[in-house]
Amino acid sequence: MTIEELIDNFAFLDGWEEKYSYIIELGSQLESLDESYRTEEWKVRGCQSQVWLEPQIKNGKIHFKGDSDAFIVKGLIAIVLMIYSDKSAQEIKEIEVEEIFAKLGLQEHLSPSRRNGLFSMVEKIKEYADALK
Amino acid sequence: MYDVYKIRRDFPILSLTINGKPNVFLDSAASAQKPSKVIETMHHLYMNEYANVHRGSYYLSEQITSAYEEARSRIHQFLNTKSDKEIVFVRNATEGINLVAATWGKKFLKAGDEVLISEAEHHANLVPWQMLRDELGITLKIFKISDEGEYLEEEYLKLLSEKTKLVAVTGMSNVLGTVFPIKKMAEQAHQNGALFLVDACQYAVHQKVDVQDLDCDFLVFSGHKLYGPSGIGVLYGKYNVLDSMPPYQFGGDMVDTVTYEKATFNEPPFRFEAGTPAIMQAIGLGEAIKYISSLSMENIFKHEQELTTYTTNALSEIKGLKIIGQAKDKGGVFSFNVEGMHPQDLAFILDKEGVSVRTGHHCAQPIVNRMGYESLARASLGLYSTKEDIDALVAAIRKAQKFF
Repeated sequence: MTIEELIDNFAFLDGWEEKYSYIIELGSQLESLDESYRTEEWKVRGCQSQVWLEPQIKNGKIHFKGDSDAFIVKGLIAIVLMIYSDKSAQEIKEIEVEEIFAKLGLQEHLSPSRRNGLFSMVEKIKEYADALK
Repeated sequence: MYDVYKIRRDFPILSLTINGKPNVFLDSAASAQKPSKVIETMHHLYMNEYANVHRGSYYLSEQITSAYEEARSRIHQFLNTKSDKEIVFVRNATEGINLVAATWGKKFLKAGDEVLISEAEHHANLVPWQMLRDELGITLKIFKISDEGEYLEEEYLKLLSEKTKLVAVTGMSNVLGTVFPIKKMAEQAHQNGALFLVDACQYAVHQKVDVQDLDCDFLVFSGHKLYGPSGIGVLYGKYNVLDSMPPYQFGGDMVDTVTYEKATFNEPPFRFEAGTPAIMQAIGLGEAIKYISSLSMENIFKHEQELTTYTTNALSEIKGLKIIGQAKDKGGVFSFNVEGMHPQDLAFILDKEGVSVRTGHHCAQPIVNRMGYESLARASLGLYSTKEDIDALVAAIRKAQKFF
């Protein structure tokens, strides 16, 4: 699914209950993270749940896998990876993630004060992209 | 007669709606809401009576100095200390403990001495002692509590000895709600020649504190948990103990005479209050104490105890929910885990229902881990909490359960 398709799907959801159910479903379909990456080293800091991020470089693009022990957070990670995975460093730099999250009505989850790990995860993704350039 | 519904009208924020739902605020253990009187007093003073304290002999400075010192005097009465010279204003309880570690600790502790704390301490009453251990070579001893969160006297006495120079314990655990028998513990500490420090952050909010009756040597609490503003806290110390301690920080107000070559230091409490203090926050805290005293701590205690029983029963009826911390003597703090649900997920859904709870390790990581968890949800009560708040919490948890 592309992020545009996701935004379209979200438009059909009624209320936060349906939205959250859908996010949980997205999380359950997330590509699984290799066990060897579920370690301190690959943990994203600043989260109330545990969040891991694994970057793989393929043909100049970065493929990301991620996971969390919390279901809603895992669903939100699925959305973040839909936005950022398999993009070049330059493409990653140009993405306006706040705008996309606002379209989904999930902007509050990107706030650094939420401490749910998404903000830190986006920062981490940008760091990897910077290192690649 | 304690009319909680009438009392709630004194707290403007409680009438807000959150996500279109009534504000069910169950995170008072992290920071309590403020009554109008506190907010209005601070506002009024900024508008009409503001100047620095202890400085000028002009009208505004005299006015504000007397309001600031009156706040100290209110705290002296609230804790029943012998004198208002035993009340040191600090930023918060954390600073109070750091002050004791940095001044009393560095002057009187030496390698081989022991500091004794419980397993249930907040990071603020653990990390300063770890740092002091690494610096001075003292030993940090930690006594065990039961799996239910119960205080175990035999575990305490097992580690208490002539080597113990300081016992530093929470009066009430911010994770488990366990209330520690601090009066008896202080007596036992003194029999071994140790001083006794109480972290009263939670304890002082829920029941009457009488430091002369408890006979503790130090006691700390934070203003913002006691319905006052943030940025102000209190360190109580027995006068002779405070007077034996060197200054904490150096600058204005804490000195007696200063030349280019040297300085002599002021008496307690001013010796420990370097620089311009948190003037408005101290006065705001004094006002908060006046407010809760008008309700009476006994009434607040009774109201919260009834609600604690109600909450325990209500939460126990939820399938898969486990309350962490089931001591017989416990206050209105409920850490819990719901089977099959991460506390973070639960908090997202409760938030949508207007219910505010804390999630995570509550700045007491070791005890959360020791109870077998990485993270917990926590609901905590304040003097304004109601059965309706608890009913809303229960309904929201049941709703959350349908998602997973």
